[in-house]
Amino acid sequence: MVINNPSEDQEVMANVRTIPGIITQRGCTYAGCKGVVLGPTRDIINLVHGPIGCSFYAWLTRRNQTRPLEGEENFINYCFSTDMQDSNIVFGGEAKLKDAVREAYEIFKPKAIGIFSTCPVGLIGDDVHSVSRDMKEELGINIFGFSCEGYRGVSQSAGHHIANNGVFKNVVGLNDRERTGKFQVNMLGEYNIGGDAFELEALFEEAGITLLSTFSGNSTIKSMEYSHTADLNMVMCHRSINYIAEMMEEKYGIPWIKVNFIGAESTAKSLRKVADYFGDEGLKAKVEEICARELAKVNAVKLSIVPKVQGKLAMMFVGGSRAHHYQDLFNELGIRTVSAGYEFAHRDDYEGRKVMPTIKIDADSRNIEELVVGKDEKLYRNDLVEKKAALESKGFEFKDYNGMMPDMAKNSLVIDDVNHWETEKLIEFYKPDVFCAGIKEKYVVQKAGVPLKQLHSYDYGGPYAGFGGAINFFIEMERMLGTNIWKMIDAPWKNESELVGSMTIDA
Amino acid sequence: MLLRHTTKEVKERKALTVNPAKTCQPVGAMYAALGVHGCLPHSHGSQGCCSYHRSALTRHYKEPVMAATSSFTEGSSVFGGQANLMQAIETIFTVYEPEIIAVHSTCLSETIGDDLNQIVIKAREEGKVPLGKFIVQAATPSYVGSHVTGYANMLEAFAKYFAEKTDEKRRQINLLSGWVEPADMRELKRIMKVMKVKSVLLPDTSDVLDTPMTGKFEMYPKGGTTIPEMVSMGDSMQSLGLGEWATEKAAIALDNKCRVPFEITDIPLGIKATDRFIQALAKAGRVSIPDQISEERGRLIDVITDMHQYLYGKRVAIFGDPDNIIPLIEFLVDMDMKPVYIVSGTPGKRFEERMGEILSERVPEAKYKNGPQADMFLMHQWIKGNPVDLLIGNTYGKYIARDENIPFVRMGFPIIDRIGHSYFSTLGYMGGLRIVEKILSALMDKQDATCLEEKFELVM
Repeated sequence: MVINNPSEDQEVMANVRTIPGIITQRGCTYAGCKGVVLGPTRDIINLVHGPIGCSFYAWLTRRNQTRPLEGEENFINYCFSTDMQDSNIVFGGEAKLKDAVREAYEIFKPKAIGIFSTCPVGLIGDDVHSVSRDMKEELGINIFGFSCEGYRGVSQSAGHHIANNGVFKNVVGLNDRERTGKFQVNMLGEYNIGGDAFELEALFEEAGITLLSTFSGNSTIKSMEYSHTADLNMVMCHRSINYIAEMMEEKYGIPWIKVNFIGAESTAKSLRKVADYFGDEGLKAKVEEICARELAKVNAVKLSIVPKVQGKLAMMFVGGSRAHHYQDLFNELGIRTVSAGYEFAHRDDYEGRKVMPTIKIDADSRNIEELVVGKDEKLYRNDLVEKKAALESKGFEFKDYNGMMPDMAKNSLVIDDVNHWETEKLIEFYKPDVFCAGIKEKYVVQKAGVPLKQLHSYDYGGPYAGFGGAINFFIEMERMLGTNIWKMIDAPWKNESELVGSMTIDA
Repeated sequence: MLLRHTTKEVKERKALTVNPAKTCQPVGAMYAALGVHGCLPHSHGSQGCCSYHRSALTRHYKEPVMAATSSFTEGSSVFGGQANLMQAIETIFTVYEPEIIAVHSTCLSETIGDDLNQIVIKAREEGKVPLGKFIVQAATPSYVGSHVTGYANMLEAFAKYFAEKTDEKRRQINLLSGWVEPADMRELKRIMKVMKVKSVLLPDTSDVLDTPMTGKFEMYPKGGTTIPEMVSMGDSMQSLGLGEWATEKAAIALDNKCRVPFEITDIPLGIKATDRFIQALAKAGRVSIPDQISEERGRLIDVITDMHQYLYGKRVAIFGDPDNIIPLIEFLVDMDMKPVYIVSGTPGKRFEERMGEILSERVPEAKYKNGPQADMFLMHQWIKGNPVDLLIGNTYGKYIARDENIPFVRMGFPIIDRIGHSYFSTLGYMGGLRIVEKILSALMDKQDATCLEEKFELVM
């Protein structure tokens, strides 16, 4: 726990083990790999190798929306598992896994299959990578494995890294497609919860920016295969996806910038930054036109809501980027974020990328492969490298993630991996007007009389990204903070003295 | 189409499960433990297990679901999880102060061979369990059985650990509940009261997972079977297990440890299963059945006779857990509906026997399967081959219901897109009434929404 002081360098303990027995928000590596990063992609069969639960719990529960065309593949609504039994644990599960891959191919004819390892798989020594290679050869489609056993790492974060590595190794770069647009970009770390990606896709489309691929909201493996033909990568969730951004830059020379499309002002800023990167006057003018039009709409709604919610207090403990991004939306409403923290972030997400060289690699990080990426001599974009250098000399920032803390007020509390006990104390101490976290915290906090907004699932609402999303969020806060229902918790007779009647049944 | 790759051609599968009609053991152990007062469930495995199980239960109940985890790392997976569990026990008793920690294992800790019994003994020996506090443990490997198995194992652990036989018999029966909702547990207690039979209900999630809004969070809500109640189970006259998959182990454990004889009957859902339950209760409690019960039964029969024309011959597909769907299917047959497609991911040979008994004469065309590859994908393929009029199952059924335009009644676990299951019981005759109401509403809403205008009925 750190009392924030933006004018000083303060160190946050992050990405460290949770003490056994502590009631934590965190999940596992498998959840980060299969659930978060690969889950939203529709044209791949994500086959979970393990007992049934792991696949069952990750089945549609993250609300990744997707919009396939008529006749296009969409496996998102399906759940695939090898449903390992005790005999598979004792004698090994590779044969069953191979059979399952064959059956999946025979029935569904997918173009790609991803195989995800669960805890027992690593322990009994099933090799999902060699099975993948064998089956790829046998069936002639793209098949690749992930060693994302739940016990690796200290949270979901390890799984993000493993997923990044797998996608980069096995998917990115498979299709050197011709250019289809003047300004080609990828969006990284946007998972289309509640339709966020749809909102942003429409913005890019109107601006004339060609979005090649999103990692991984509303995405296809097909689009990731040619994502390396982009001119720029935009990184939304730095925590879960910065690895691919880095590797794409090293291999193909594609620069990346940090963007944030949560909050209307942030959306405008991010769009402008993309336009500035391309430097095209037509694009800049179009972006200005969109921003002016949309900001006017947002402001009209904002003006009517701000007086009702201004000065209220919020806290948010979620994810690896949302606890930061959503502060922008609250700021726009005049709601103060008095405390925030991430569930599975690293120090750089708090303190900025400048601290990355000083982060010590511990035993829990060491077991995650760091890919060594070399230049692709044929496809390396020297033109982009030169462009980047020229822009940098003019003060344009790349890889510009400064973390959550510089954006937070002095004396606000920064808490990593908040636990249940701390949550209770925070509520007692601050009596916040709105608390943001996930499903496990939702009703704990609400029982204490404080409304909780889920920032993983958006409470099944949204989208909250982009301009339209900001309007949705403002209206949601008006609803949530304005309702009288919380004032009705106490019955009108709560403080009346007790009467002993003469007409009771027992009398 | 939501499930656009599902076709009616059934290809035999021996390795691949698609859209399962079950989940894994630990979530059942966690649910059972929440039905014990002052108990904190503990998941001995990776953080993800605990997080997933808490999330699943929270979505189903829209209530706080508290549980702790051993937070395995790669190191603990290699060297064993003993140190993690020892530390967890210390942390939990210090920070969260439960009366009981109910530890269940996971596929991870089972695969590496952690021996929960031995670790718990060591924790006691080392003084990590404060006076008057308890640890109960159950082995719940995820690669055996299903979530129902985990529930049964945890129930058995409680019965085995707490029940004590003294010299004095108690005029009460042990009611071992299968996996049902808090509303159902509440209804069971109401029926016991009406029957005037003294009983201990284990577990009891009413007043735990259906708590009122008070403005104050209670880590351990007022509900749940208490320690003295569990201790007293050893002196009861008899145990009555509701649902053999979920309760037989606990009933046997009570018999073995305390010589409490037992009878296993179905979860009292529908007419006949409730009849059997009421009769078993009357026999065990040596009471005659009060008029109130007969009147409730009469009301249920009355409504079915009133509305029989809408139920007769309707083809139904059902997926869920054996203890819950066996009496449900029997009920549907009693109303002259046709349960034609049935799957349950939970294994157990008795399932096929029971289905045969209920269906072979009345619905000979019925297809049913349980265990490996008995999944929703198979059931959907059957439906594609020959449609049904009604689908009954957990929330995941909504994808099939929408694609095939089938009226859908939500029953089972998890129900994560509607409310009501925690508050309105489907057990007993009154619960039967609710099931009939739900089925009729689903069927008639479709008729109202889709029939020709000239066929639109005011009175139905």
